[in-house]
Amino acid sequence: MEYLKKYPKLFQWLFLLAVFFALCFAIDVPETYKFIRGQAEFVKDPNQSVYFFLGKEVRYYAFDVFWRLPPLLGWLPIWINDGLFFLMNEWMPMEFWNEDTQEFKTRPLLLQISRNLTSFMTFLIELIREILLGGLETIVAFTSWDFIDAYPWLELPGLPWTIVAAGAAILSYKLSGKGLALFAGLTMIYISLFGQWKPSMQTLSFILVAAPLSFIFGLGLGIAAYKSKRVEKALYPILLVMQTMPQYAVLVPALVLFGVGDHAAVIITMVVAVPPMILLTILGLRAIPPEVIEAGRMSGCTNWQLMLKVLIPTARRDILIGVNQVIMVCFSMAVISAFIGAKGLGFNLLLALNQLNIGLALEAGLCISLIAILLDKMSLAWANQQQDYFGNLSFYQRNKNILFFGGSIVVGIILAYIGTFIFKDTFNYLFEVPHNKGISTADFWNKGVDWIFDTFFVYIKAFNTWLIVDVLQPMRALYLRMPAVATLVLAVGAGYLIGGIRSALVVAALTLFIALSPWWDRALVTLYMATFGVVISCLIGFTVGTICFQNKKSAAFMLGVCDIFQTFPSFVYLIPVMMLFGITDTSVLIAVIVYATIPATRYTIEGLRSVPVGLHEAATMSGVNKFQRLTKIEFPLAFPHMMLGINQTIVFALFMVIIGAFIGTEDLGQYILKALSDKNGAGIGLTLGICVAFIGLIFDNLIRTWVEKRKKHLGIA
Amino acid sequence: MSETVIKCESVYKIFGENAKKMLEEANGNVDAKTFQDKGCIVGVNNASFEVAKGEMLVVMGLSGSGKSTLLRCISRLTDATGGKIYIEGQDLLELNNKELIDLRRNKMGMVFQSFALLPHKTVVENIAFPLQIKGTSTNDSISRAMEMVKLVGLDGRENYFPRELSGGQQQRVGIARSLAVEPDIWFLDEPFSALDPLIRKEMQDEFLRLQEKLQKTIMFITHDFDEALKLADRIAIMKDGIIEQLDTPANIVLNPATEYVRKFTEEVPREKVLVIEDVMDASNKDNLGDLKVSKDDIIENVAEKILTQEKIVGVVDSDNKVVGSIKPSKIIDTVFGGRKNGS
Repeated sequence: MEYLKKYPKLFQWLFLLAVFFALCFAIDVPETYKFIRGQAEFVKDPNQSVYFFLGKEVRYYAFDVFWRLPPLLGWLPIWINDGLFFLMNEWMPMEFWNEDTQEFKTRPLLLQISRNLTSFMTFLIELIREILLGGLETIVAFTSWDFIDAYPWLELPGLPWTIVAAGAAILSYKLSGKGLALFAGLTMIYISLFGQWKPSMQTLSFILVAAPLSFIFGLGLGIAAYKSKRVEKALYPILLVMQTMPQYAVLVPALVLFGVGDHAAVIITMVVAVPPMILLTILGLRAIPPEVIEAGRMSGCTNWQLMLKVLIPTARRDILIGVNQVIMVCFSMAVISAFIGAKGLGFNLLLALNQLNIGLALEAGLCISLIAILLDKMSLAWANQQQDYFGNLSFYQRNKNILFFGGSIVVGIILAYIGTFIFKDTFNYLFEVPHNKGISTADFWNKGVDWIFDTFFVYIKAFNTWLIVDVLQPMRALYLRMPAVATLVLAVGAGYLIGGIRSALVVAALTLFIALSPWWDRALVTLYMATFGVVISCLIGFTVGTICFQNKKSAAFMLGVCDIFQTFPSFVYLIPVMMLFGITDTSVLIAVIVYATIPATRYTIEGLRSVPVGLHEAATMSGVNKFQRLTKIEFPLAFPHMMLGINQTIVFALFMVIIGAFIGTEDLGQYILKALSDKNGAGIGLTLGICVAFIGLIFDNLIRTWVEKRKKHLGIA
Repeated sequence: MSETVIKCESVYKIFGENAKKMLEEANGNVDAKTFQDKGCIVGVNNASFEVAKGEMLVVMGLSGSGKSTLLRCISRLTDATGGKIYIEGQDLLELNNKELIDLRRNKMGMVFQSFALLPHKTVVENIAFPLQIKGTSTNDSISRAMEMVKLVGLDGRENYFPRELSGGQQQRVGIARSLAVEPDIWFLDEPFSALDPLIRKEMQDEFLRLQEKLQKTIMFITHDFDEALKLADRIAIMKDGIIEQLDTPANIVLNPATEYVRKFTEEVPREKVLVIEDVMDASNKDNLGDLKVSKDDIIENVAEKILTQEKIVGVVDSDNKVVGSIKPSKIIDTVFGGRKNGS
């Protein structure tokens, strides 16, 4: 009884667990239950039950309601699908002028809008692509094919790679300094020499269209949300879901709305990249000191002047950090959207992975990573850049970068011209190194992979078998053995104990959505993989973070490593694990662990760092040793921040598990991948994406609520 | 008395959802406590006063007393919940957005506690900002801003960015910016509170020098009673949104209206604040000794001379005409008398 009074929370938790396990034991596995049911495929099976909702037939395997809830939301994907189909093909038919046939044609409004949007996007992408690579589509767009036939010299020549490389180096120099300039130059030279120029520039042109558009929309919506509470309230839930929604899942509806190709990829990239921009814009505007706003008001600013001349410039840094985020999201989308036919490095990577040509995949992946790191560093440098006293600079000093770039254009063109004489019979390497005519190390890597396989095959296989048979299979079976009711009780109970009735309701709603969808079993499999990944990642991350924190230099180094790893598009992680473990669950899980360890490590170090110096000194003066300081002072204070790290770890792990579907898993991700090739897949893909997002949000809600309470308790809010 | 520039009539500012309705129901009888129980916070409670042209009114109060809120009502950065505010006879609360912007562009200047400079603009651009907002051409606004740079003594630093300046220098920029449009009314919200004591004294002297030259109508907010005494023509002391006393520094020191005001005045060295005129006997002009002192002399400066006299000392005005007299014992009485235990 004494303990009960002392630790009431502990007993509440124990009681919750007791109820959970009691339910697990009380409810038997139904005899007809097969491991994973196929009801999502809508196979006609006489054992299935049927119900109708809004005229839609939903088939499912009925079980005891305590064991698995009936898929009452099974109509949702069908309904979304039909809705989309109706909107695209039947809703609001109107007369539109058709340029090609020179007559009016009846078309549904949305289809027309979508076609106009896509052709506009195509134009933008082509324009930038042709500036970088040359071509004639842009000129054709303004004139006609006949015109080009008459004046063939009008074709855009494209920039020689030397000029782009010099431009990147000079821009980096202006933004950051010699180090970044050197890195930029070397990256560009590497890309060119290894024959990845064309796909790289295709990817770059994709980003140069998607990123500015996302920036403009994000900034606009962010400002609107800052100005009006109502807009913010409307945007907030969407932002929340988009943050935890796997990028994969939004591809499917995009396919239906915009078709296949770069244009669809750009539009869908915007959908993914705009939310972080909105969040950072709001954050930045909120952080402006109220007196600065008042100063603007008292200077007699109108609302417009206040926004353009006071608010946005003052929030410059946060807004530019938003740009950095946008670029990073665009990058990972540039790779993923290869699934819906975007050209560029991502496409090459996907192709190489499909052919199991690890060497080629590695080269493409390296290119992607290098460009990602370069753009990340450049945009961060831009955000952190501050102007200095410039009154005493001469014209040359102020404009030397532009002058240098002008010079490099001239030199580049001359070099390319000389090149036409040197490489008369082959390709002009001073203009562009064609794909697969550059240096390639693919053979070397492939041989390396073969060697590793030949040499270590026995060990890898033994490890693989042990992990799958002795760890993963039982774990998975345990997860699937949970009756739905028990899981619900556990989730809702945890919500109640952590955040009271409000949290309990939110968690209940999110869990119920998944439980009532036809993919509860799949969600459990996703959850088991994510849990395994998160546990191992956190163990590694906390240990590595704590060890690195002991020394300032190693802590800074580790954070740098985390930064670099985080810029890699998630897909790239699949390359090395496939190299080592082939196509198994182990590969996916190792990719998950590597990817999810990044936030765990980062937040551990940051959390430990945020412990105030005064407390350190106070502790030292009380005579603690290093270990005591760590356990008594630093850990308790850093723990809330570390929990936020776990939150991020969960999101990262979920993303990777879903992407792992590409290797072959049997969780929600696999169904999203299937939906991609299904012409009725839009609804399924979207619903699945929401399911994954909700899994993330359940943990997000619980952890955030706990952290807020804890921080308030510690007075470090 | 010259013309009134700012006039407040029972101004109320109450924060909270049903503030307006509750104020109407209270019928002019606002009690902070009852309002707080209903979830409203009283910022300004029934403030009425006038500020004359060229006068400096210092509003003094501790944090949370509503002094900054009062200032923001008068600059209409927040809208008052009740009452009337007139700026040069114009009803401030009736102005539409455009008229308000016009008023701010031409008539008002404001200095902020945290300087509130725009981080992306240089010193001269910051100062030129209100002019450019108004639509003045770049050349004119920059040359005017350069004049202001000289006025506040920042020559040579005009192209620096705010973060490259010290606190005192940043506030000089803030002052220059608020004066760039040549406003008639000058609001200063704790302008020197964020500065070190030495810099603060320097800035106060500088501020007095500027005011001597410019003769603006000023509302100056501070939490520092000494600063208020040093600068003010009149002082308003606020507590919990209510103006406890509004009077000249001398009268506040000599006749504190409430117990709260007295607490501030107790520790004030009167000889440094009061001038002879405040304590002289204006009725008696006879039997004077040889020594004459000016009525504007601060007591501290002439006390030693007066105390060595045995006869009554004559007080003269600037035309050397006798306007009153003072006994040496009165000096002792003023400086030491009636301090402890209240009088």
